[in-house]
Amino acid sequence: MTLNRRNFIGVAAASALAAPHVLADGHGKPRVVVIGGGAGGATAARYIAKDSDGGVDVTLIEPSRTYFTCFFSNLYLGGFKEMGELGHTYGKLAAAGVNVVHDWAVGVDRDAKTVTLAGGGHLGYDKLILSPGIDFVEGAVPGWDLGAQNAMPHAYKAGSQTELLRAQIAAMPEGGTFAMIAPPNPFRCPPGPYERVSMVAHVLKQSNPTAKIIVADPKPKFSKMSLFQEGWANHYEGMIDWIGEDFGGGEVSVDPASMIVTIDGEETPVDVCNVIPAMKAGRIAEIAGVTDGNWAPVNAADMSSKADPDVYVLGDASQQGDMPKSGFSANSQAKVCANAVRGALTGSKVFPAKFSNTCWSLIAADDGVKVGATYEATEEKIAKVDGFISETGEDSATRKATYEESEGWYTGITADMMG
Amino acid sequence: MRWRLAALGVALCLAGGIGRAESGDAEAGAVVFQKCSGCHQIGAGAEHRIGPHLNGIFGRVAASHGDFSYSKSFQRAGAGGLEWHAETLDVFLENPRAITSGTRMSFRGIKDAKDRRDLIAYMRRFSDNPADIPEADPTAAATSHDVDPAILALVGDPDYGEYLSGECTTCHQAEGGDDGIPSIVLWPEEDFVVAMHAYKSKTRNHPVMQMVAGRLGDEEIAALAAYFARLPD
Repeated sequence: MTLNRRNFIGVAAASALAAPHVLADGHGKPRVVVIGGGAGGATAARYIAKDSDGGVDVTLIEPSRTYFTCFFSNLYLGGFKEMGELGHTYGKLAAAGVNVVHDWAVGVDRDAKTVTLAGGGHLGYDKLILSPGIDFVEGAVPGWDLGAQNAMPHAYKAGSQTELLRAQIAAMPEGGTFAMIAPPNPFRCPPGPYERVSMVAHVLKQSNPTAKIIVADPKPKFSKMSLFQEGWANHYEGMIDWIGEDFGGGEVSVDPASMIVTIDGEETPVDVCNVIPAMKAGRIAEIAGVTDGNWAPVNAADMSSKADPDVYVLGDASQQGDMPKSGFSANSQAKVCANAVRGALTGSKVFPAKFSNTCWSLIAADDGVKVGATYEATEEKIAKVDGFISETGEDSATRKATYEESEGWYTGITADMMG
Repeated sequence: MRWRLAALGVALCLAGGIGRAESGDAEAGAVVFQKCSGCHQIGAGAEHRIGPHLNGIFGRVAASHGDFSYSKSFQRAGAGGLEWHAETLDVFLENPRAITSGTRMSFRGIKDAKDRRDLIAYMRRFSDNPADIPEADPTAAATSHDVDPAILALVGDPDYGEYLSGECTTCHQAEGGDDGIPSIVLWPEEDFVVAMHAYKSKTRNHPVMQMVAGRLGDEEIAALAAYFARLPD
């Protein structure tokens, strides 16, 4: 059949009549709105659009035109990656049928099922997916607020903050002091602060070998602790002073104006201070009214909010059980959620939830380590099934292969998110 | 592509036809070929597996087996006139990405020039008279396994495989690229199933894959094999 104007309209009308209206409340195709274009949101938007073959309208709301991955941003600090390599745009998602809206979502009306944009528009939804990442708990580190983030960067949302921190490290005086205020659990990327310490040490060892690194940590232990401590002793002996909970690492205040850090009552002048405050779900989750405390509780089987079956929360913002807050986890959760949402809207088959995560960290050049686990959905939570971690004392070939594997993973996950 | 072939031509001129001037040791090359035999068969009865069979490779235009699905990168190289001779094989084997940047071949290359010469000499044994291939056994490692024939006989559901594949594509690219994590697309289903069961039984060594395969059932592995065997469409 040659497609001319008349029969094209005929075809369109026929398929409109045949289209499923499973949950599209009297408005044609079912609509999904996704807020947040990171590892969770971009993946969910892409999979729903791809797998429904245009059967679901998918809108992704993301203010940034270029998404800089938080994962691998420590490698930028260490000089192993450039910022341009961490930036990803949304063109392929748009080409795959996702309606990409670069704006801030500022309101959610769960009764009317609408999302309000900072630009003034409203978007209706049948299913809403929130993947807003993290914001910081106000007052978590006495003396620090967002107004001080230039003097003492958090660099825990990748981009200009990360570039600022790298510039500050490069400008440190000879023999100067780098301080990190590490966050309490739970937080984004559990090995992240310690990989960062490794990368800062890697840079300073070359450019400023008499410099010191102090880490004030409110926790008694941290992710991959024995691997990091072994690596620090091997590569950066005497440079890093980790002050855990037992030694007052949680008793911290900062003065950004004078660049003084006070740990357990002792004042220390520092040259660079990386403050990583306590975290909570991205603000829109709170605005939507799906948080309980700092995070948004979800049902493990499909990542739906415990407060509203038509709202789903992915990634760092969710409170789901045993999975760490990581880009890998968010991507894994997004695929479970996408399958469930598509099933609810179009009647497609919904398969049982399966989750997995692996986190790679770089300690020094070609010295990579990893930790990972698989998970399943129980009534109560996402529960760990099985896991592994790199061993101390591994040979250098294994560590190099682990690092190379992480580079392969980076290519894989960014393609899986963005197309 | 053409600039890359032109650059290759320059490199070959500078190298002065190494492969031909110094002949390799085919017996030693048979040992080097063990690096290849996980994916490529050579010798009597050799067939395409994860990679194409390598009988008669000398003088053949790249990507010219009509019954094998090559990467776009390889197809472009073949269309651009790349032919396999000692010289081109030598450059390719040193760093496959230098010639075919998008190859799905999960292989970093052979840095040792003597190893490459030996390997090329070995492969030449199966090319001198393509119609009269020596009666050597195919060397693919995939033929030696103890997976239950009943498991291999399972017919996988590619639609189920598509859903399950989400767990794979966080690391393995659906397009088949290989940047530190191997390509898993367009494998013969049996090879895929054998590999996954080797991880599941922990006879193949990789902690992430042992963990992932460890909780996949036989039907699920068959479904994934069926799905990835058809990618990319």
